[in-house]
Amino acid sequence: MSALIANPYGLWAIYRFEMARFLRTVWQSLLTPVISTSLYFVVFGAAIGSRMSEMHGVPYGAFIVPGLIMLTLFTESLSNASFGIYFPKFTGTIYELLSAPVSPLEAVLAYVGAAATKSVVLGLVILATASVFVPLHIAHPFAMLGLLIFTAATFSLFGFIVGVWAKGFEQLQVIPMLIMTPLTFLGGVFYSIDMLSPAWRTFSLFNPVVYLISAFRWSFYDHADVNLAVSLGFLLGFFAVCAAVVTLIFRTGYRLKN
Amino acid sequence: MSTILSIKNLSKTYASGLTALKPINLDIRQGEIFALLGPNGAGKTTLISIVCGIVTPSGGSVLADGHDIVRDYRAARMKIGLVPQELATDSFESVLATVRFSRGLFGRKPDEAHIERVLRDLSLWEKRNDRIMTLSGGMKRRVMIAKALAHEPRILFLDEPTAGVDVELRRDMWALVRRLREQGVTVILTTHYIEEAEEMADRVGVIRKGELIVVEEKDALMRKLGKKQLTIQLKDALTEIPATLGAWPLELASAGSELIYRFDAKAEDTGIPPLLRQLHELGIAYKDLNTQESSLEDIFVSLVSTRTEAAA
Repeated sequence: MSALIANPYGLWAIYRFEMARFLRTVWQSLLTPVISTSLYFVVFGAAIGSRMSEMHGVPYGAFIVPGLIMLTLFTESLSNASFGIYFPKFTGTIYELLSAPVSPLEAVLAYVGAAATKSVVLGLVILATASVFVPLHIAHPFAMLGLLIFTAATFSLFGFIVGVWAKGFEQLQVIPMLIMTPLTFLGGVFYSIDMLSPAWRTFSLFNPVVYLISAFRWSFYDHADVNLAVSLGFLLGFFAVCAAVVTLIFRTGYRLKN
Repeated sequence: MSTILSIKNLSKTYASGLTALKPINLDIRQGEIFALLGPNGAGKTTLISIVCGIVTPSGGSVLADGHDIVRDYRAARMKIGLVPQELATDSFESVLATVRFSRGLFGRKPDEAHIERVLRDLSLWEKRNDRIMTLSGGMKRRVMIAKALAHEPRILFLDEPTAGVDVELRRDMWALVRRLREQGVTVILTTHYIEEAEEMADRVGVIRKGELIVVEEKDALMRKLGKKQLTIQLKDALTEIPATLGAWPLELASAGSELIYRFDAKAEDTGIPPLLRQLHELGIAYKDLNTQESSLEDIFVSLVSTRTEAAA
């Protein structure tokens, strides 16, 4: 590993810089998702949830918790990581990163690591908020934590790609708004795909988010909509694709270097 | 003197097809101040950007203190500091945080004493806890220099360091560059102010349309290409130059009250004594004489324009 990470000071400098950005706005960063999640609980947990039957033996309010955490995890990882690399491109300060003795691996670890750290913290804060509203039960806590971290890392990696690709602030918003939000909402945050008609259920299986939410919900309630191994395969596959694209970006200098 | 930066056949053609650098060869000596001059778009920034790792070269190689900038980029880049032309700073960071960040980024372990020295040298110490966004343009420029010096580079690139800065800062910058040289840092600067190169540089390179057309000791360049000019302040203004003075390329200036004579300073025979005798014989009286050497700017303009004509 030491041969791969020859510049630990550089890696640490970027990581700290990114975390400092997060800490400067820590209250906004934490409060926004906490408020929006609380609203979901008020609306879906209390107002509507009381009229809903239990899902696989879990009260509805508790049933939506893993999905809501995933929803935040996707969007926050994506936007944090994409903003982290896009902003220096926008302001021109990227010159320093490009001229530094920092390897692509070190840069990615630092940027993605910082973005993932923030998302994991947010995920845990939402989990804590949720526990105020609904009785929570976590069947596989280590698996839950592992999935939380790995999903955050994967979507941060994806966000890094979006940030390198984006040529403007609009493009930064496109992927989270146009792709992630609909996929997440239709990915079973608020329902089990078992509830859908067979046609919609089959259709839903094309949505990768279904697999991620299903696996995460399994770690809470020991029940998965789809096979756990398939879910993990999806997550690993998506991670591998993102890692390959990032490698390609650095090899070709795509949108970073002339 | 040993070579600290060796550029061999370095070329760059951008994806758009624009050739920014034709194969360039240049050796920079340890501890010198080298000024790279050239019109806008000549390839100065491209050259610097390649050496610093921001632009990928199309061909050729660069050794920085013996380290290949591609194969051995970590060692090479640790030796190099860059102050780019564009002001680009992290607005929300404090001065101290951003300079510490730069030191870490370049693989150096924290050294508060060095950071303090750099900030004091640049008159930034008082502002160390200020957010960069609250600083003036000149102060931001200083911050960028502090960032470039944070990791104690052996080679410092200053790309148009004094573009748009006030006189005081420019003087400060010159003093800083001289101090750096005393510490053994090699400084390569590009500038539009030829006066700056004239004031500071040990050697000068002129780049035009991606080609290095001259690399020369500044003094030698000025001797070789420099012209001298004799200005004769006349007692009574002339309306035209008398025909008997036709042997000298003279010009009338200041509404006929000055005669200007340009001559080659190196020539055995400058032509001045016979000119003065001839004036005396013609009864043209003068009050004052002065001679003046042409500036690096004149030389630069003539170099660049001569080549333009030759190319056309």
